[in-house]
Order: sequence, then C-alpha cells, then structure tokens
Amino acid sequence: MKKVIMGTETAALAAVLARVQVVAAYPITPQTVTVEELSDYIGKGELDAEYITVESEHSAMAACVGASATGSRAFTATSSQGLALMHEMLHHAAGGRLPIVMLNANRALSPPWNLYCDHTDSLSQRDTGWVQYYCCDVQDVMDSTFIAYRVAEKVMLPVMINLDGFYLTHTSEVIDVPDQEEVDRYLPPYDPVDKVDVDNPSTYGCVCGADLFSSLKYRRQMDTLAVEQAWQEASDEFAARFGRSHAPVQGHNLDDAEVVIVTIGTAGGAAQLAADALRKEGVVAGSLNLAMVRPFPHQSFRQAVSGAKHLVVLDRDVSYGGEGIVAQEIKSCLYGKSSAQVHGFIAGAGGMDITEELLADMTREALGGQKQGLELGDSIWIKVLP
Amino acid sequence: MNSKILKQELLAPGHMGCPGCGASLVMRYVLEVLGPKTMVVMPAGCWPTFVGLYPSTCLRVPVMSVPFATTAMAAAGVRASLNRQGKGDTNVLAWAGDGGTFDIGLQALSGAAEKNTDLIYVCYDNEAYMNTGIQRSSATPPGCWTTTTPASAPKVEPKKNIVEIMAAHRIPYAATASVGYPRDLMEKVEKAKGLKGTRFLHILASCPTGWRHETELTMEVARKAVECRAFPLYEVWDGVRWSLTPMVAKTPVADYLNMQGRFKGMTAPQREVFQTWVNEDWERLREKCGDNQAA
Repeated sequence: MKKVIMGTETAALAAVLARVQVVAAYPITPQTVTVEELSDYIGKGELDAEYITVESEHSAMAACVGASATGSRAFTATSSQGLALMHEMLHHAAGGRLPIVMLNANRALSPPWNLYCDHTDSLSQRDTGWVQYYCCDVQDVMDSTFIAYRVAEKVMLPVMINLDGFYLTHTSEVIDVPDQEEVDRYLPPYDPVDKVDVDNPSTYGCVCGADLFSSLKYRRQMDTLAVEQAWQEASDEFAARFGRSHAPVQGHNLDDAEVVIVTIGTAGGAAQLAADALRKEGVVAGSLNLAMVRPFPHQSFRQAVSGAKHLVVLDRDVSYGGEGIVAQEIKSCLYGKSSAQVHGFIAGAGGMDITEELLADMTREALGGQKQGLELGDSIWIKVLP
Repeated sequence: MNSKILKQELLAPGHMGCPGCGASLVMRYVLEVLGPKTMVVMPAGCWPTFVGLYPSTCLRVPVMSVPFATTAMAAAGVRASLNRQGKGDTNVLAWAGDGGTFDIGLQALSGAAEKNTDLIYVCYDNEAYMNTGIQRSSATPPGCWTTTTPASAPKVEPKKNIVEIMAAHRIPYAATASVGYPRDLMEKVEKAKGLKGTRFLHILASCPTGWRHETELTMEVARKAVECRAFPLYEVWDGVRWSLTPMVAKTPVADYLNMQGRFKGMTAPQREVFQTWVNEDWERLREKCGDNQAA
C-alpha cells in the first residue's frame, strides 16, 4: 500500500507491523510523534502491546531491558539528551545481549540548546555495543526496522535506527507500506533460546570472574563483527521479498570512481547529485552512503572504495580533540589497506543544510580547488566564524 | 527462624553476605511467602554480591541484576512482558537497599508507583551504603557515624521518611517491618501478595558490619529499633488509611544506641537531636493512625 507519511510516523507504524510487545518511551523533540502514535495504536487496540509511559529515558531503556530479558520484543525511541541520559543503559542492553530496537532522532546536544540535526549524539555512543544504522529516506525507516529486528534477534544485540532530526523525522514521503502478512513472513515472532524465567531459575547480569568476563567480551566482539554479514544477508532476503535493498554500504557510481563523497544519513541524496554534477566537470566521482557505522562494515567499505584516490568525508559531528568521527572510522578501516587520501569536512551541524553545491565545493577543495572552510587539525570546517 | 515455619527455603545455603547479615534474612522471609513463582529484580548494593559468582546463585528463583537507578522500572518492564505473555500470576519482586531506594532509585520508583505498576517493592534498609563501605544515605539517622559522616562532619539531617513519600503516590499498600520480627514481616508480605498494584515494604535490616554490633545481636538490635520507635511498625492502605502495628511499650533510644558502635561517638546534644527526631516522627505517625497507643 502506498502512503504519504512522515519519518517519525513511519517509525511507529514499522513498530506496529513488527508486532513489538512492549514499548517504553519518553517524548523528546524531534522524536515525539513516534511515541504519540504508538500510544494511540496501542490505545485503539491496533497494536497488541504493553505501553509503559516512563518518567525518563534512563527508565525507558531499563524497562526495555526487563521486557527483553524476559522474552518480549521491545521498542523505544529517543533523541540527543535522552540518548545521552540512557548511556549507562545502552551498555547494559548490549552487554545483556538483548535484541532491543530503538529509533534515535539525531539532534544536537546542549549547550547551547539546538534542536536540529547533528550526529554527535549517536556517534558518541558508538562504543556501547549497539548496532548503528543511519536512514537515508522515509522508506529506509520502515524497511530497516524489520531488518533490524531480524538481525538483532539472530545475533542477540540491540540496534539503533538513526533518523536525521527534522530532515527525516519531519519529512513526508510516499512510501510502500508492506502488508502485515508479508512482514510476518519476513519477521517471525521473537522466541529466544534463553530468557529469565521462573520455570528455569537462573541469574541475569550478576557478578562474574575475570576469565569469564574477558571471554564474554571476546564473544560479544565476535558476534558484533558478524553483524555486517548478517545485515547484508537480511537485506538481501528483504530485497528478494520486497524489491528494496538496505545494505550496510550503499554506493552510487562507484565502479570507476576516483573520488568518493562519503556521508551518513540524509545527506546521501545531495551527495549523489554532487557526484553527478562533478562528473559533468570531468571529475570521476561517486558517492557512498555509509548506512552502518557500528559495527563498521570493513569488508564492504574497503571493497566499495578500492579504486578511489580521494575520499571526501562529511561529518555532522566532531570528537573534540580528535576530528570528525566518521573520518576517524574510515581512516581506521583503510589504514594499511588503501592509499586513498581521506579529506575530512565538518559541516551541517545544528541545522545547517547540506546541499549538492556544498558537497561539490568540498570535493573541489579536496582536489586542490578554492578553499571553502577553515582548516583545523585534520579537518576542514565549513561555514564557521574564524 | 525455626524450619517448621520456613517450608520452602528459597535462599540456599552458602550466600556471600557477612555473618549476621539482616538483609539476607529479609530475603529468606519474603521469598518464603512469595514462593517460587517470583522474579527478583535488584540493582547494585549488598544483595547482588550475596547471590554469588556466575553461574552460582544462592536464590532458587530467577534474579536480574540491573543498574543502580533502575530497579522499579526494570521491574516494570518485566511486569509488562509477563503480562503480555499471560503470566500475570508471577510475582515481580523489586528489591533494593536504602541507597537504591531512598536515593539513586527514587525517580524510577516514583515513576513505577505513580502508574501503580503491579509489583512488590522491598527496600531492605541498613541505613547506609554498606556495600561500598558504610557511607551515609538519606536513610542514615542523625548523628550516626558513617565513613562520610565522621565525627568531624556528622550527619545533622533526620532520616528521610520514605513511606510518607510512597503513601503520597496513593499506592494500595505500604508498610514497615523489621527483620527482628519475622512473623509480622511475613504477615505483611502475605497482605502485599494478596493485593494488586504497587506494594511497598520498608524493612529494617540490621547490619553488624556497618552498625558495629556483634553478629549474634542482629535480631535483638532490629527489635530494639522498633521498641524505641526509631523504626516504628505500621501500614498504610491506599496512601490514606494509616494503622499502627501493635508494639511493646516505648523504650528510651539509649538502649538502642548503646548496642551499636555507629552511635558510640554521639555527643549528648546529638543524642537529644536523635530523640527529638524519633519523638516528632512518632507523634506525627500516631496522629495519622488516629492512635491512642501509649506515647
């Protein structure tokens, strides 16, 4: 069924179609519509689930932990400050190997207050052990939610679905909404091998010694690294059923590309247009939408940029004292494996639009053209006051 | 307690609590009433260390160990999940110390109680952060020694009244109990078990390690606290109907204070403050209970 629908509404509808069983959430701009819609779906009986209207995001994730550990499919949604408040619980959910799926609306962290898109909120949670997927459009929000549960419940790790604040949360697009039966065939009910249960008393999360602790971390790393492949397979199966692919790495004209513009989130559309425009100028450009940042999709990324000489990387975030976080990740991935030059640009935070022109200009600067921004450390900052 | 009374023993031998630990006995009595169809959710504190090193456990019921601030809401998630699975008859026991209840877990507890979440919340109160080595909590009585309220910087504030806070949520049942009176404790757990919604039990758990008393005095100290009214026993229904539990005649606080090293350094004025706090709280309580029990 075709439908005109907004990003946050889509996240709620996707949760309904995924037949989540427990929702615990707290509103925050620009995510709020998702929790409002879910209350209404559950209130009207259109989703047979328990809704816990928690008093904070920390409690939202705590309730999801309780629900997931006892064998229910759990969902929550947050943004920015809320995600930061959850930080302790993010570690806990991943360490507890709980397949919770969460929407995060990417928004700047205070101070100063700013409600608009910035990726520092989620990227600064990259070491918590959550799988992180960044949506490029509204259809991606719908589809990746189903893929997320498929992957999460296979590898027993939580997944964060990220939506650029306002650019995606508040944009309406025509999307294809799959039938419930189709979703059910793709995503069977959650039936964990292990759960906290009175019929089989055991402990969850209690104290353990050093050897076991290290071994559990090792196993977790092993399973996290396997997500790239698991997601690719789940995406391939999704594509076979629904005709749409949502791979960890999504390329545009990469086969012969010498210059690749790399973005996460909604900037991928502008990056494609910029690459196309640059081709007309004789620059052999392509673009790469890095949909998955954790685990970093090493295999597919290296393969996708194997022919590139220059990578122009956009960061809507910064690791203070380091550089753009995506640029850091890419350098780490390519170190010793590629001679491509990585050009890190920091732009688009706090509501600054990323346009085709801006990305084309960054690329021209990377190739020796006119300076666009201010160089600081290993990054070039665009549209900042000196 | 006599094994003729405890039929189930859901607390297995070999737990890792200190000798004479009151909190371990509280669990023993509470589980005796709630039975094996109980899921325990507990945060950091003394108790998760008692459970033992994975995969060992001293509890014959499942236990989830969750972050400090989350007990009530993690339990609420468990409740929602069990309800969704048609397991409404499984007890969810949220279990935290005074630190996890009065302080860091209070927001989540209020969140769960405000929604009358169907769970039994037990606060085992040993009046300080004992697991980290005896630091003050807001449940520590005035003038009491802890490592963060040493003689040079004594605690002047009275003990926070957690039951008044919980009663203000108009939950169906809130009660105090002392490990020194197991029968009364278990009767109150039985009453709680028979109700739905948020049920709150504030249970005094004497702690030889932190209170500085002999391990064989655990029960006696916990009884003396009740006798002197430093820890009176009462129940509150629906947040409004208050009822005193019959207690022996009131005794001076000195009998209680003198049994414990933690009160040894108290000056005469500090003892006055302690007695005043006890008297005032007791009078307020009697008023609420409409009681004519001897002052």
